[in-house]
Amino acid sequence: MSLELAVAAGVTAGTVLLFAAIGELFAERAGVINLGVQGMMFVGALVGFRVGLQTGDAWVGILLAMLAGGALALLHGIVSIHLQADQIVSGLALTFLGTGVALVLGEGLASAGSGALLPVYSVPLLSDIPILGPAFFTNQSVLVYVGYLLVPIASFWIFHTRPGLHLRAVGEQPAAADALGINVYRVRYAYVIAGGALAGLAGATQSLAVVPGWHADKTFIAQGWIAVALVIFGQWKPGRTMIGAYLVAFISRLALDLQAPRDIFGLENPFFYYQPSTFFLNMLPFGLVILVLIVAAREANRKRIGAPAALGLPYVRGERGR
Amino acid sequence: MPRRHLLPVRIVAERRLEAPRGLGLLTTLGGIVVALVISGVLIAVIGGDPIGSYAHILRASLGSSGVLSDTLVKATPLIFTGLASSIAFRMRLWNIGTEGQLLMGAWGASAVVLFGLLPAGTSPFITLPLMMLAGFGVGALWAGVAGWLKARLNVNEIITTLMLFWIAQRWIQYWVFGPWSEGGFQMSPRFPREAWLPRLTDFASAVPDLGGLTVHLGFVLALVAAGLIWFLLSRTRKGYEIRLIGDNPRAARYAGIDIGRNIILVMLISGGLAGLAGASEISGVVHRLQDNFSPGYGFTGIIVAFLARFNPIGVVVAGIAFGALILAGREIQPAGIPAMIQGIILFCVIASDVFLRYRVRLEAR
Amino acid sequence: MTDTHALDATRAAPSAPLAVGMRDIVKRFPGVLANDAVDFELRRGEVHALLGENGAGKSTLMNVLAGLYRPDAGTIEVDGREVEFQSPRDAIAAGLGMVHQHFTLVPSLTVTENILLGLREPRFRLALGRYEARVGALAEETGLAVDPRVRVWQLSVGEQQRVEILKMLYRGATILVMDEPTAVLAPQETEELFRTLRSMTERGNSVVFISHKLDEVLAIADRITVMRRGKVTAAGVEAAGMTKRELARLMVGREVLESLEKVAREPGPAILELDGVGAISDRGLRALTDVRLQVHSGEILGLAGVAGNGQSELAEVITGLRPCSGHISVNGKEVANRPVIEVIEAGVAHVPEDRTGTGSAPNLSLTDNLIMKSYRTRPIGRGWTIDRVVARHRAEELKEAYEVSAPSVDTEARLLSGGNLQRLILAREISSGPGLMVAVQPTRGLDVGAIETVHRLLLAQRADGTAILLISEDLDEILSIADRVAVIYEGRVSQPIPATQADVAELGLLMTGVTPSGAVPGDDGGPRTSGAAA
Repeated sequence: MSLELAVAAGVTAGTVLLFAAIGELFAERAGVINLGVQGMMFVGALVGFRVGLQTGDAWVGILLAMLAGGALALLHGIVSIHLQADQIVSGLALTFLGTGVALVLGEGLASAGSGALLPVYSVPLLSDIPILGPAFFTNQSVLVYVGYLLVPIASFWIFHTRPGLHLRAVGEQPAAADALGINVYRVRYAYVIAGGALAGLAGATQSLAVVPGWHADKTFIAQGWIAVALVIFGQWKPGRTMIGAYLVAFISRLALDLQAPRDIFGLENPFFYYQPSTFFLNMLPFGLVILVLIVAAREANRKRIGAPAALGLPYVRGERGR
Repeated sequence: MPRRHLLPVRIVAERRLEAPRGLGLLTTLGGIVVALVISGVLIAVIGGDPIGSYAHILRASLGSSGVLSDTLVKATPLIFTGLASSIAFRMRLWNIGTEGQLLMGAWGASAVVLFGLLPAGTSPFITLPLMMLAGFGVGALWAGVAGWLKARLNVNEIITTLMLFWIAQRWIQYWVFGPWSEGGFQMSPRFPREAWLPRLTDFASAVPDLGGLTVHLGFVLALVAAGLIWFLLSRTRKGYEIRLIGDNPRAARYAGIDIGRNIILVMLISGGLAGLAGASEISGVVHRLQDNFSPGYGFTGIIVAFLARFNPIGVVVAGIAFGALILAGREIQPAGIPAMIQGIILFCVIASDVFLRYRVRLEAR
Repeated sequence: MTDTHALDATRAAPSAPLAVGMRDIVKRFPGVLANDAVDFELRRGEVHALLGENGAGKSTLMNVLAGLYRPDAGTIEVDGREVEFQSPRDAIAAGLGMVHQHFTLVPSLTVTENILLGLREPRFRLALGRYEARVGALAEETGLAVDPRVRVWQLSVGEQQRVEILKMLYRGATILVMDEPTAVLAPQETEELFRTLRSMTERGNSVVFISHKLDEVLAIADRITVMRRGKVTAAGVEAAGMTKRELARLMVGREVLESLEKVAREPGPAILELDGVGAISDRGLRALTDVRLQVHSGEILGLAGVAGNGQSELAEVITGLRPCSGHISVNGKEVANRPVIEVIEAGVAHVPEDRTGTGSAPNLSLTDNLIMKSYRTRPIGRGWTIDRVVARHRAEELKEAYEVSAPSVDTEARLLSGGNLQRLILAREISSGPGLMVAVQPTRGLDVGAIETVHRLLLAQRADGTAILLISEDLDEILSIADRVAVIYEGRVSQPIPATQADVAELGLLMTGVTPSGAVPGDDGGPRTSGAAA
């Protein structure tokens, strides 16, 4: 299996991580931490696949998957923004809930094949660039290209627009935003729901483009959690988050690919000849995420960059006796 | 300009100054009831039979001494993991990967047997304590890694403990598919008798009524652990420090408490308890190491901890309740329903917490 | 201070239309009636002071005006039209701008970004260049100099306040409400602020000036409204005719100008010694430079200074909460860079400036809060366990002795009022029998009664032989109870001088970094600007 194909496969799988991570990035920039991403991805995968199957149109599936993700995120929003419950716990509950609901509603779909398909494109000139071309611009699902566009758009939105300014203010100092007439609740709801919709999109990407079909509890292992870690690694900036997403996906892919061939560069492949050792390869992606977090933490300590200051804290206007 | 409203009543929420005693219990129970109603509706919507399902759960878990024993068997690891989660959450340490520590604890206990550390025929009075110790120790270290990373580098413990869970899973897969595989099957050889935690049914020859009751010594160990943790949290200096850190880390630092050391300590204890869950399960129920022997006891333990509001005594009660749910739930179709119910319960319970913070009234407009 | 009353007597004539009229305003919070049928009138072009103790309801009233709170009853009129504000945005649109006591700025954003926050323009794209120019122009015009491109966390407190004012002016505010603006300013900066406010009223704007400081109110206001416990005790009286005594009476209900017994004492040996101490702040900037200090047994050393000049860091390096360079010793024992527990065991008590964030655990009981320093040792701590009976008993004793008002020792700390919480903290710290006490802003946010209690307790400790380092922004407080006074400015500490020889003007100069040319206090040849009593 060539390196370029491995990178290309990494990019495809990385798009799932990318969507979920950018969604979480938006929510966290507004000050709300959403740990229900994994559950929303499951629901998105199910809805995307099932609706796509039943209507024959994958795009309808994607749309409804985003709606479903957004709806779950709305629940999280109500509980953590309005009812001011602990955001971490609420997110966890949603992961249990979303996963459970998806498994229940997905009964019997495992045998339904690969469902409605999405178009796959190669970009004419760009795909001829050596190395980068075959990896990024050849035979990739349309959703991958959406991913490429999402990152600069997200960056522009956050740092160079008025609504982005409001977003940053709400996440750092909601009291200041509130005093100036910005509706902190509304902003938080908007971005939490957007984050959920993107998580739903990520799920649909998985079941419609990356590994088409419904695979019950094997649809995702850790992607939702990895997405949360990626936001930290990316220091809440879309560009860096994207790099992390593709990197982790690529390494995961590599771990898989290293198990198949009899030789690697002429040397006997230990993972082929001794099957149980492949489990160590399987550990790689998770170890990488831990490493990524360590790197991010050390950088944050040095450069004094951190999460949005109000992350995880419910906003209550005019708390008496400050 | 007057606004038009949908209902003739207005919901008024006032921040509470203090919550009456017992309100916490009431809201928890209320949340559970609401959750069961919602789950029932959802089950009905997808074509199941909610009343029948619930009745089945009650019968299949508490209906006779046999199933009661089975319920307690399922409750044992849940009490351990519930305690593990509780003590960590008390300090606002989100040790979500207790499942991984459970797995490593099981591995540790198995290693005592499968590495041949003890000669065959060693008395259970030596083998079993050693296995439990190993289970606690390995589980503790597994969590300790995440604790150290948090204490020294402020690395998010939610993600590290979770990643360590998936790594632990594959670690066990390696041993079970590889060095410890029995005849190429995905499980280790059966443990010798001295590595089995005694069960009630082992005494059937003396007391015939005990036949078939598989509840094992692990349950007693779990109760003892609950008592110890209760004592730790409410009567000791360390418990005070844990509670203070959980409430206000800055005040704790100001009071001279070393937060980093306490983070590591609490993670060690938490991981150790989860490790005991794994060790007791391996030694008391499965009697061999295999892949997937845990249906998510670690994750369910998180919910148990929340229902119990991190109170060790409550953990015992909630652990038994969820043991019943898991036991009976295995036979319910579709398979995702118990997970869904657990999620709904957790959701409703934390949503119901709002009543502890606000007093809500209905006012006529 | 320059007397400007004569100049303005003709401007704010009674017949001018009201800028703001508030009638029968009622506002309730759980457990307290903050505003009890309050009336308030603001005329165009005047500076109107709203005077009262902490907790009197002044901030609440203005928060209602600014749209942050909805009144439970009552009406508001702006320029003769009745208004109902659903949110701060409505208030701003009506021309009301409020500058809060705790700044509502986003530290990580730039000055211009902060000013643009919440506005409808720019429509979508954030092209900062144009707006930076606009902000710069406005700053020039109003004399509020600040660099529009700088990030707010890099600004001094005084500059941040200017940004807050600019924020409101940019939005076209013609009515400015300032909530305790001088709390964070040195005397000279306060003068500057007053000049700015005057020039604003000259242009037709109106200003509400919330304060509890009698001197300043008499210096700047045209008219004064006094509030006490949610009610108005004097409505819009002319400032020209009032005396400090009378205002104090209206504020408190009795004549209270603090006069505490302070017996002159011979200070004992030096308990606390700092030598060449330096430290870095959380932001990585230098907070302390070559600090040299000594505090003796039985004396109170008052360290004056405007917030943000290194006070917090100084308290933290002494109490072990921050690393430093140099030497710090308590009773001869080196405590610099030692773990907090060692500093506590060396006999250092710390009354922190942040009562709720550092000094107490909000959801734990009074008992649990009181044993924070004593739980490790007998009789409360025994081996690994805590004797709860003894702990409870001790807590009850302390609660009574220090008059902490609460239902019981099981009550959660977050339910205590500011004054009671401070009593709790003092109870805990004093009962540990310290040799050194570091008290940082101990009376911030407290009402006169509580302030009196705190001062009484500190003086009692002094009589007992404790060395006390009192770090405070309140010059009056320092001058009334300290034995020696020093000033901290940009991380450097001046040579302490006896309080009896201290001159407010000179201290003010030191607080803003101006070193007097002559070394003899009181003989600097500069303009005499003292905190004149009325």
